[in-house]
Amino acid sequence: MFFLLSVPLVLFSLGVVLARSPVRSALSLVVALFLLAVMFFLLDARMIAALQVIVYAGAIMVLFLFVIMLLNLQHEPVETARPGQRTIAGAFAVVFALVLGAVALRGLPTMPGPGVEVAVTPSFGSVESLAERLFTRHALAFEVTSVLLLGAIVGAVVLARKIPR
Amino acid sequence: MLTVVVVSVIKALIVIGMVLNLAGILGWVERKGSALIQDRIGANRAAIFGFAGAGLVNTLLADPIKFLTKEDVIPRGVDRLLHTLAPCVALFPAIVAFAAVPFGDRLRIGDMVVNLQAVEIDVGVLFLLAMTSLGVYGVVLGGWASNNRLSLLGGIRGSAQMISYELAMGLAVVAVVLTYGSLDFQEIVRRQGHMIGGWIPAWGILYQPLAFLLLLIAGIAETKRAPFDLPEGESEIVSGYFTEYSGIKYLMFFMTDFVEIAVVSAVVTTFFFGGWQVPFLASEGFVFPWGWSVPLPHVVVVLLQVAAYMVKVFIFCCLQVLVRWTMPRLRYDQLMWFGWKVMLPLGLANLVVTALVLLWIQG
Repeated sequence: MFFLLSVPLVLFSLGVVLARSPVRSALSLVVALFLLAVMFFLLDARMIAALQVIVYAGAIMVLFLFVIMLLNLQHEPVETARPGQRTIAGAFAVVFALVLGAVALRGLPTMPGPGVEVAVTPSFGSVESLAERLFTRHALAFEVTSVLLLGAIVGAVVLARKIPR
Repeated sequence: MLTVVVVSVIKALIVIGMVLNLAGILGWVERKGSALIQDRIGANRAAIFGFAGAGLVNTLLADPIKFLTKEDVIPRGVDRLLHTLAPCVALFPAIVAFAAVPFGDRLRIGDMVVNLQAVEIDVGVLFLLAMTSLGVYGVVLGGWASNNRLSLLGGIRGSAQMISYELAMGLAVVAVVLTYGSLDFQEIVRRQGHMIGGWIPAWGILYQPLAFLLLLIAGIAETKRAPFDLPEGESEIVSGYFTEYSGIKYLMFFMTDFVEIAVVSAVVTTFFFGGWQVPFLASEGFVFPWGWSVPLPHVVVVLLQVAAYMVKVFIFCCLQVLVRWTMPRLRYDQLMWFGWKVMLPLGLANLVVTALVLLWIQG
């Protein structure tokens, strides 16, 4: 079941980067996010799975597509990168891969092997347990994030406002 | 294990059968309803051996056959893959959304207890919101992939409209969830089985009348039908996002509308009209507050509940058909004004008041 989901997930993620048309690229991202939600669901994190679909696939990506359609972006020309951009991007990719690899190598020994059933509490992934964590241990981070979002909304309104002459 | 799988498959088939048949019947109700409202006879040509009274059965058969045998035109210059994919993307979330809505209480067969809900999921309400939020992709894709300016306009109108009204819908749903304290549809319906003072069923419409109106209006906006049919707008942009579709693909867009009507009706029924609850019907039979009681066998009780659910859903489907043929189309600025400056503040106010009242009651 894991490979049934993860192989398409990787393929669609590659599609995001490799697709020539911006619409197809965005759609690949939608499918990838949806598959990720299904994986969350199978891992008993039902709340996260639902939120993943509502927030990312249902709201953010719709706005992405909306903007792409409004601007009517057509197929992107083959060579749009500035000179040097490729090198910098490549360097970042290598560094990122190294960091990921290091984390994975350090984490792997502590993980249970394949086929080992890990017991989870019945409340795992439920709305109640998530809410409890969010509003006790992570209350500060939660509130700071909401203030940040509020700031972004106010900023957008100020920018979009017609300035009276 | 095997019985669990078999039961799940049977439940899924029942729900799919219910949805698809309801969508078909609604196609006929829509024609006959519009005819009644416009004072004409309507849909009387599909007669069996000259007997037009069998119109319902016949329309159910004749309509799909007509669409299936029509030529499927794919215009030149379209994105072929996305053009074909769009109707499927539109129809899929609408049907899947039904999976979380319970159509009856627990059914006991011998030792086995079957929860009459296709997917038993404790975050059913979030699942429903997730699926309705995916519904917009069919419209966006259909509009974009058709390579037609009018289609693109329809797609853009549709996505803007659905994003705007989703907010009001979400706020109305949150108020209901707060009232019943659960994200599980089955639990929400069970809690509507209580009686206020022993006489009045504790249906959501009594607790959340404003949320009912908001959810119904936002739901009709999500189905993209008059008075919210700007994405289609025949008099301005031909057929909007499905202008370039024909045959079976057109039928799929057409069906999506009817399935969405059914989803809205099912959700309104479940949240505000007690879902499968029949007033005064307990698990042993009817128990009236004035002392009468009619004991009934378990199977009859469950069947009555499922029937009640279906009747309620059908009533709200008919209400939506009535609305669609009564109201004129909104102008685009009116649509946006109504969504953002009326529905959204009302939803927020309703939510705050609900939360305050709950806080006051629970001390």
